[in-house]
Amino acid sequence: MSSFLQSPLATAELLGLFGHFLILSLLAVGGAITTAPDMHRYIVAEHQWISDAQFTASIAIAQAAPGPNVLFVAVLGWNVAGPLGALATTFGTLLPSTALTLFVSRWGASRRETRGVRAFTTGLTPLTIGLLVATGWLLAAPYAEGSGHGLGAIALIVLSVFVMANTRLSPMWLVGLGAVVGALGWI
Amino acid sequence: MTPGGVDPTGPQLARPASAAELFFTFNRLALQGFGGVLAIAQQELVERKRWLTRQQFVELLALSQVLPGPNVVNLALMFGDRFFGLRGAIAALSGMLLLPLAIVLALTVAYAEFARVPVVSGALRGMGAVAAGLVIATAFKLMGTLRTNKLGPLLAAVFSILTFVLIALLRWPLIWVLAGLGSLAIAIAWWRWR
Repeated sequence: MSSFLQSPLATAELLGLFGHFLILSLLAVGGAITTAPDMHRYIVAEHQWISDAQFTASIAIAQAAPGPNVLFVAVLGWNVAGPLGALATTFGTLLPSTALTLFVSRWGASRRETRGVRAFTTGLTPLTIGLLVATGWLLAAPYAEGSGHGLGAIALIVLSVFVMANTRLSPMWLVGLGAVVGALGWI
Repeated sequence: MTPGGVDPTGPQLARPASAAELFFTFNRLALQGFGGVLAIAQQELVERKRWLTRQQFVELLALSQVLPGPNVVNLALMFGDRFFGLRGAIAALSGMLLLPLAIVLALTVAYAEFARVPVVSGALRGMGAVAAGLVIATAFKLMGTLRTNKLGPLLAAVFSILTFVLIALLRWPLIWVLAGLGSLAIAIAWWRWR
């Protein structure tokens, strides 16, 4: 095995990491981020593989990078044990939920017109929309209460909501604007 | 009406031509998704590609949210599976994850170098604020679907607002909100859906 794949963790520890993320995968209703507190307990508090600051930075990097936020688990795994760690946490997080999702999707597809499935999607749609507003709210909250430039951040958020809801402009332009305004120190 | 098929009452929907098109579409939307992919997924799948109506998108999202795992990943899997089976699911999922995974790991390696530069950390803050706005705007766009919800627009709005209050303001665990409020909403929908 090349040095690139060498890990600071013993094989048993790597398997333990993989197993822990396998279990968390099935508990991650609402997204992988909802199990972050337990990942913190396992990786930082119990095993002390990385520091508190490294844990927080791992999530921030994944949020800033393009792509699904779930990739923070890959960053965590990388910081714990290099490439093998990233493989363990990424596949651990994705395999169980993926298998379950495909199973449920196919089961539901053959019963799509039944009263039970219709009631299920009808009932949960309002909750889904409330949950989206809540997610946006929680993402926005730190900017509003941040030191100094709270007003600039709120103006940027309101502008983003307005433009995205009323035009078909690509969101990339807004993200670019955010980067420029932020780099200038106005946020 | 099938979420993957053509809605006879709505606008004419298109469909992906191949698993390769799924791969590139999900790759494209993932690479635009700073701070989360959901807002871009709605724009690409509903407004640009016209593969789903808003109603179908929100139903797929509802299912993605009650299943464990990342919502956008579940959404990609189910969407791909409906058109091309397991091959489509893998195409959509790998399109969404592979390149972003390489980018985020490269950033991880580089992070120590540029985290302390104020221009960089400022730019990241600005992008994060926009990302929050995009998620809220997506919710606003999908609110229109509540008008035709069988629960009735008023009751549906009450469930949306209660969910927001419980999650965002009272910080209840999602699992309890879904088990409690969700069961109630499904029970009422069951009673009305006949």
